[in-house]
Amino acid sequence: MGWAIALHGGAGDIPFSLPPERRQPREEALRHCLQIGVGALQANMPPLDVVELVVRELEDIPHFNAGRGSVLTNKGTVEMEASIMDGRTKKCGAVSGLRTVVNAISLARLVMEKTPHIYLGFDGAEEYAKEQGVETVDSSHFITAENVERLQHAKEASIVEIDYSTHPLQNGTKKVAPIAANGDCQLGTVGCVAVDSKGNLASATSTGGLVNKMVGRIGDSPIIGAGTYANDHCAVSATGKGEAIIRGTVARDVAAMMEFKGVSLMEAADCVVHERTPKGTVGLVAVSAAGEVAMSYNTTGMFRACATEDGYSEVAIWPAS
Amino acid sequence: MGGWAIAVHGGAGVDPNLPLERQEEAKQLLTRCLNLGISALRSNLPAIDVVELVVRELETDPLFNSGRGSALTEKGTVEMEASIMDGPQRRCGAVSGLTTVKNPISLARLVMDKSPHSYLAFSGAEHFARQQGVEVVDNEYFITPDNVGMLKLAKEANTILFDYRIPTSGYETCGSGVESPLQMNGLPISVYAPETVGCVVVDREGRCAAATSTGGLMNKMTGRIGDSPLIGAGTYACNVCGVSCTGEGEAIIRGTLAREVAAVMEYKGLGLQQAVDFVIKHRLDEGKAGLIAVSNTGEVAYGFNCNGLFRGCATEDGFMEVGIWE
Repeated sequence: MGWAIALHGGAGDIPFSLPPERRQPREEALRHCLQIGVGALQANMPPLDVVELVVRELEDIPHFNAGRGSVLTNKGTVEMEASIMDGRTKKCGAVSGLRTVVNAISLARLVMEKTPHIYLGFDGAEEYAKEQGVETVDSSHFITAENVERLQHAKEASIVEIDYSTHPLQNGTKKVAPIAANGDCQLGTVGCVAVDSKGNLASATSTGGLVNKMVGRIGDSPIIGAGTYANDHCAVSATGKGEAIIRGTVARDVAAMMEFKGVSLMEAADCVVHERTPKGTVGLVAVSAAGEVAMSYNTTGMFRACATEDGYSEVAIWPAS
Repeated sequence: MGGWAIAVHGGAGVDPNLPLERQEEAKQLLTRCLNLGISALRSNLPAIDVVELVVRELETDPLFNSGRGSALTEKGTVEMEASIMDGPQRRCGAVSGLTTVKNPISLARLVMDKSPHSYLAFSGAEHFARQQGVEVVDNEYFITPDNVGMLKLAKEANTILFDYRIPTSGYETCGSGVESPLQMNGLPISVYAPETVGCVVVDREGRCAAATSTGGLMNKMTGRIGDSPLIGAGTYACNVCGVSCTGEGEAIIRGTLAREVAAVMEYKGLGLQQAVDFVIKHRLDEGKAGLIAVSNTGEVAYGFNCNGLFRGCATEDGFMEVGIWE
């Protein structure tokens, strides 16, 4: 036993040919966020605070699809959503449809701790944010040139993409992003799970959603049991195709398998990802009360990082070859 | 084994002093909805169509807290939400923050069938409704005098109410001066009754479906989303069962209640009633809730850990029951 932490920056069809100038900043960012999380756990910060801290950091980094760097709706706007869960108490908080809140995960936490509710969305959530005095900025802060291009590309191809990470244009020629047969390019969402040496668990997930999504579309990230879950067995944060994660109640299922079938974290994670959810749609990070880590995905890759108290740490995108 | 089965609910947590005439009205509505579902099942309508049909009826009737008769937000408006799930492929659809859509459950169905997504909310959902040409009305349509009165009471108490269906005339005779020891969400049960509605069905082909619809908490913050539109919490259906929950939204979400019934059936091999009993007993902590469920083998079950659940159930072999109390 001991503490453990895992975080992700999205699972999807991340091509092996991802150019260094797009790969390295993301790897650096994952390393940076991991260090922040590890430092916090070493300083005995409660896991709930750790996951919020790390996800705030991931939201602020424009390379991932959350906070700044969120993908755009079909109207070219951002609508961000997030959820957080404290495994010890099973209290949870969630938000959707945010346009100006700099850190969605922190607003989710406030909903959990300061309101009689669990989940606030859209105008009501924005109003609450203003009441609470959380940091808000003009919506344009979240929009990156990369995502404007992605939306353009998606509209031209008339597809709703989760995201893609290849450079859309090279040398002036239009390069078609590698898309799976079902028309989805998959990358998106950030998340973090953590456990301390006493077995207290927490999970947090945040996202901008799907490229070219309908305004008002809610995905799995703010849905407890789908994108986020934590109890006294494990903490899970999922990423991928929201609709598949919702119907698969992915995060809850990992915990349910551990609890009801008595399987290990790794077995539960692998089973849910590889046997119970369609290929190419999901990835997740999870930690158990005993300090184990699992990072499973059935997509080409998943931006991820993890560390455990015994000194192990890893930053990766694709499977170890 | 086999054959169709259906259950409907109109909310968990009932004032023990509810006037008899209100109890009768509720039972009549539940009976009517049950009969609607039964004749649809006898005509071989698929489960997914039956649950939608029945919940539409519950939404249209102002008695319970959904569609017309929905609880009011702190601003005195109505914001409705609903979800529907089709067991065989676990397709699902959900909506939140509806203010003009006459039948939220039908919009949830359209999200499932006609959009690339699973869940649409607020202005985006309203926009989709207009694109789809569903019936829309003014927000005032959904607001009833009963609920306007209740909102006032709630504000005076400066607290969140789940629902309260006793009209002011009945309140004098049964509510005032009567100290009810029962509580839900920290409030005396005389001022609490969620009255979310739902329906679960298994058809003759063994296909399960579930649907839930609500106006949410009385005096809720605008933008508040509860358990009813959340797949796995208020609604769930898969190959083995269909489940719809009602009660304290927080407890249902934390307990992923609807999914839990299916999970213990799948992973622990429990039968339907055992699964329902297990979940109600062990998954609610201090939370108060109830649920209805059907299995793919034609069974029906319900459970609740509060003092009442407005419910009705029927199976193809002729069993039929409508009830409120234990």
